[in-house]
Amino acid sequence: MSDYKHPHQDAEFVLNELVGFDDLCAANGFDDINFELASAILTEAGKLGSEVLAPLNVIGDNQGVKLTERGVEETAGFKEAYQQFAEGGWSSLIADEEYEGQGLPNVLCTAVNEIWQSANMAFALCPLLTQGAVEAIAHHGSEELKQTYLPKMVSGEWTGTMNLTEPDAGTDLAAIKTRAIPNGDHYLITGQKIFITWGDHQMTDNTIHLVLARLPDAPAGVKGISLFVVPKFLLDAEGNPGVRNDVKCVSVEHKLGIHASPTCVMSYGDKEGAIGYLVGEANKGLAYMFTMMNCARQGVGLQGVAIAERSYQQALDYAKERLQGTNKDGSRFAIIKFPDVRRMLMQMKSATEAMRALAFVGAAEVDRAGRAQDEADQRRHQARLELLTPIVKGWITELSQEITYLGTQVNGGMGFIEETGSAQHYRDARILTIYEGTTGIQALDLVGRKTLLNKGEALAELLAEIEETVVALSKHEGFAEQGAALREALEAGNNARNWLLENAAQDPAAAGAVSVHFMMLFGYLCGGWLMGQSALRAQTLLDAGEGDPEYLKAKLVTAQFFSEHLLPRTKASLETILKGSASIMALSEDQF
Amino acid sequence: MKVLVAVKRVIDYNVKVRVKPDNSDVDLANVKMALNPFCEIAVEEAVRLKESGAASEVVVVSIGPKACQEQIRTALALGADRGIQIETEELPESLNVAKLLAKVVEEEQPGLVILGKQSIDADNNQTGQMLGALLNRPQGTFASEVKIDGDSVNVTREVDGGLQTLNLKLPAIVTTDLRLNEPRYAKLPDIMKAKRKPLDVKTPADLGVELKNHTRLLKVSAPAERQAGIRVASVDELIDKLKNEAKVL
Repeated sequence: MSDYKHPHQDAEFVLNELVGFDDLCAANGFDDINFELASAILTEAGKLGSEVLAPLNVIGDNQGVKLTERGVEETAGFKEAYQQFAEGGWSSLIADEEYEGQGLPNVLCTAVNEIWQSANMAFALCPLLTQGAVEAIAHHGSEELKQTYLPKMVSGEWTGTMNLTEPDAGTDLAAIKTRAIPNGDHYLITGQKIFITWGDHQMTDNTIHLVLARLPDAPAGVKGISLFVVPKFLLDAEGNPGVRNDVKCVSVEHKLGIHASPTCVMSYGDKEGAIGYLVGEANKGLAYMFTMMNCARQGVGLQGVAIAERSYQQALDYAKERLQGTNKDGSRFAIIKFPDVRRMLMQMKSATEAMRALAFVGAAEVDRAGRAQDEADQRRHQARLELLTPIVKGWITELSQEITYLGTQVNGGMGFIEETGSAQHYRDARILTIYEGTTGIQALDLVGRKTLLNKGEALAELLAEIEETVVALSKHEGFAEQGAALREALEAGNNARNWLLENAAQDPAAAGAVSVHFMMLFGYLCGGWLMGQSALRAQTLLDAGEGDPEYLKAKLVTAQFFSEHLLPRTKASLETILKGSASIMALSEDQF
Repeated sequence: MKVLVAVKRVIDYNVKVRVKPDNSDVDLANVKMALNPFCEIAVEEAVRLKESGAASEVVVVSIGPKACQEQIRTALALGADRGIQIETEELPESLNVAKLLAKVVEEEQPGLVILGKQSIDADNNQTGQMLGALLNRPQGTFASEVKIDGDSVNVTREVDGGLQTLNLKLPAIVTTDLRLNEPRYAKLPDIMKAKRKPLDVKTPADLGVELKNHTRLLKVSAPAERQAGIRVASVDELIDKLKNEAKVL
């Protein structure tokens, strides 16, 4: 088992130096919010995360969940922890004040969410999904639905779930078969949903399911899907949970990781039909889901940061304690002294810091796009948000695989043994490149909607901004090498973009074939860009005699390491991209 | 009844303490600071007294530079009603602190003053006692239970060999031990509200106190690093080493 401590210094550095938290709040109408308050919030959340949620992480992994006659029984201790979490008001961070939320900036909620996800990812999925359900109702539900459900979901008294996937409808949601029949003021829902995270549990008095289903007269395909609210318990006249609705969990999956997060098969309408209420207009369900996609995908990207951080902390503790070297005088030393262990720890540290920087910078674009004062500003930030989202989700979660792999590697043989806790992080991380759109889907989104559709304009703007950092680094004597390395990576980015724009039309397989390399290239480039900025900011602070010199000097080295060890991967990606789809598509299916 | 709680900003107990290179003091530059754990227990006790109806208002006071407002805000987030900061450049020694607090007590007239029994940085364990003496009020130190009983308070103390319960006439001074309570986690809405709670800033001059140091810090050094153990061949060798090297026999 490993302890967890929130890396508050790095989180605060990113918020202050890369996001510009106080300016963001001032420019976007978060009047009462400033960095001082953010820091107080992070400190208190850090305590709850380390002391209450983190110790339950390994217990949840060992014990998992059980399906009994009452429904799904979560891991013992989770209910008490959840109540403490909800009573502390932590589920109300982002929601509007109208529904008793705190209305805090998305980027701060992201920073706080990192704590929950690091401390206990399986647990933290529950409030994360609830937040998604709250947003769906808040943005698209009628006033009545909002008043009925939102206050108790925001307070955490009730949790929420998202029911999209069916056995035959995963990535292809057009194939959804669940039916909704109008019946007076409500609908009767019948069908089966799978992979429903926290679909059932005993932690709260009610669970509010958001369900995609088809009306009888709905057009075929994606334009015929509607969104419904289906409570586990129907509400009585006073708005309290009363009669059990016709929905239940019929099975829970046995999984590689996140054992404490019940992944449910939900059955709707085994008897007379589950009572549901339409959200917004009929046949617009999928469009509504898409409005939440940026936040949901960035949320999973953040989980990648969080699990990498937890794995790094565990590996670091082990590397400092494990004595496997002998000095000349016969005394022993810890494995952290070995250069190759150093290489692994530095790779974990620098990648995690770059991932955190990108996750927070991406999250800040949600605030800037959502609250922009004029239209040009809004469009610019929305384009940046949409461009960064697949990179945040795809690149970060892919890299989190490598980090948790290294975490286990640092532990040597003990890493393969469950007791150290390293193996759990490795297994828990594995879902991240899969759910909320696989890596392949993120990469397709990046090359398709986010690049080809706007003729590469959004990427060109990003590349121009990166160029500014290249110039700033190159001007600085101490950062000339980093500047040169970032310039090479930037050129790789430019070349990849140009190649895609030139070749996508002639070769229909080109975009899909190069997409993951393309996405990874831009991930490393963004990482190098933000680590370059971090180095410049750290040096400025050091020159001014501000901040913690130990931390800032470490940041300089971490940025240098990223530039030397991770940034060159952009060149290998480019080389592959330039080869196009030929060897990928050449074999006939029979030749496999 | 009003309860006054004194709190101190100290180095966070999770942080590894570093000594300045010139051994003049502990290095506190850019180190994470926090509410002294014993003070946190004091705040928690006061808030519980308020929640139980025994207290009507909880006032929290801290002494130090502006940064100590962070710790006052933390106490306000935990449930205190208002704060007072006494602005000083340096952290004054215990007697000065007690004198400043005595003036605040004269102004505020609390029925009960609760302090941590000691701060984890200096470990002096004397401010509460000095305050009791300056004010000529009864004191119950190292409290592991505090019960208000009409115009008196029963304080159970952890003493060598067991527990001792004292009945003190109010107004009184109580200092907290570790087992008095388990402080709560601050709630998010309360952290937000804490920003808007009143916080007065005063100076020692406002209170008519002149700070005078009676002790001088000569040197701070880090504890010696523990040496690796050795295996001895015989009991005789062990006794020999205990006698002649460790000089404990």
